[in-house]
Amino acid sequence: MSDQTVSALALTELPSKRSFFKPHRIVLIVLAALIVFSVVWFMRWDWVPKYSGRLAYGIGVTLLMLASTSILGFLLAVPIGLVQVTGPWPLKMLARGFCTIIRGTPLLLQLWLLYYGLGSLFPQFPEIRNSFLWPYLREAWPYGVAALTISFAAYEGEVMRGAFAGVPKGELEAARAYGMSPFTAFRRIWLPRAVHRALPTLTGETVLQLKATPLVATITVIDVYSVISKVRQETFITYEPLLLLALIYLCLTAILVVGFRWFENHIPTRGA
Amino acid sequence: MTERAEAIAVRDLHKRFGPLEVLKGVSLTAQEGDVIAIIGGSGSGKSTFLRCINMLELPSAGSVTIHGETIAMKADGHGGQVPADRRQVQRLRSRLGMVFQSFNLWQHMTILENVIEAPVHVLGVRKDEAVERAETLLRRVGLYEKRDAYPAFLSGGQQQRAAIARALAIQPHVMLFDEPTSALDPELVGEVLTVIGDLARERRTMILVTHEMKFARNVASHVVFLAGGVIEEQGPPEDIFERPKSERLRKFISSIH
Repeated sequence: MSDQTVSALALTELPSKRSFFKPHRIVLIVLAALIVFSVVWFMRWDWVPKYSGRLAYGIGVTLLMLASTSILGFLLAVPIGLVQVTGPWPLKMLARGFCTIIRGTPLLLQLWLLYYGLGSLFPQFPEIRNSFLWPYLREAWPYGVAALTISFAAYEGEVMRGAFAGVPKGELEAARAYGMSPFTAFRRIWLPRAVHRALPTLTGETVLQLKATPLVATITVIDVYSVISKVRQETFITYEPLLLLALIYLCLTAILVVGFRWFENHIPTRGA
Repeated sequence: MTERAEAIAVRDLHKRFGPLEVLKGVSLTAQEGDVIAIIGGSGSGKSTFLRCINMLELPSAGSVTIHGETIAMKADGHGGQVPADRRQVQRLRSRLGMVFQSFNLWQHMTILENVIEAPVHVLGVRKDEAVERAETLLRRVGLYEKRDAYPAFLSGGQQQRAAIARALAIQPHVMLFDEPTSALDPELVGEVLTVIGDLARERRTMILVTHEMKFARNVASHVVFLAGGVIEEQGPPEDIFERPKSERLRKFISSIH
């Protein structure tokens, strides 16, 4: 078992019952309980029930943003990575340029360029105003999805480039030697092998993507961050909503990490 | 010569890598049931020759005929040639069981999945049928217990035996072995040679590039000595190893003893 897998176990598996009650653990547990108690007892949480519905909605939007942009971004990243490894040079340059530009500029800037730039250009064209897309283009969220997707695609494109290039030539040769068509070899050998190699990096990137989602609050999308901001404005309470927000992001991150670990351990490959 | 069908016929094969001509006109015919061992020093072009048979390397000139069907080639415009019909190559490859020096098992699949992959996804065999046959083959190479293990958890010898099972699973007309024991630790060579020897005894058509001279001598029906890109000498193993005619072969044999 690799070191990585071992450290993953520390997250996903609790120590056995007997080793749980060692002195240092008991002290830590008591400390944690004290902190939780004082947070609950001495701070103001009476606003939570009132906003619970909106919070749940906000968490939903955050998760939706994360899931849709990660999946769409990954689907874009596969061809972006692939053409950098095998594509003809114009495509190769295009993909490389895309990755460099997107990774070299702040996501917030891209988001605002899309929303305030492109979004304000669109209404000037009657063709767009009259098209079936208009009801969506009038909203903020498509720009948020677009910006987050593009950013994820650029970062993952680089990751996939490395993953595709790193699949041993011999395994691809074996696929050819057994009569696979280029497409079958890609679908059955190259892609799954590359995805598996990229999986540990993908975990980290997806967690980063989660923490990039609050940026959409700046273009009026109501995600969980935006709900908390609303709470602060309306109740004049500062710390409690922020603490809760931190807790929410922590929980979401933990769920993501555990989920990806399970996926990774599903295919144990040593030294691959 | 007995009346046996021709399994593979290679005619006047040339292979150039840039200015370097590795193969300078090699012709070889394998009848059904032949076990042909190709020997020669490193750089003699023996692996390249084997890889030209299933077009993993594209021969610069010459033709390859598999089971009476010649692979159609066309000029590539740079003085070489490429297969005219990719599908024909894929179809012919799917009946050539290639075993590589470095095993080349697919690391993201279990041993069983490796063995059923080509039958199911290339030949279109039903999965349960493929699994049944794969399990028989794995039992045969002594890896039935390891069928759900991933290649990385197996020793080199076990991986190579699994690779042989994978090659047998497509019910190949011809087995091609490219130095199957060269990447193995010495103590693991024996188990792989035993499996290959068994296949030779059941008169399976095989072409084998090898450094194991004793083995070549014991199992081959025909030995080909490649040197400098041409066949320097060929014949039954007794003649090649006991009564070498050419100076080069004599030197080669004395150098490995």
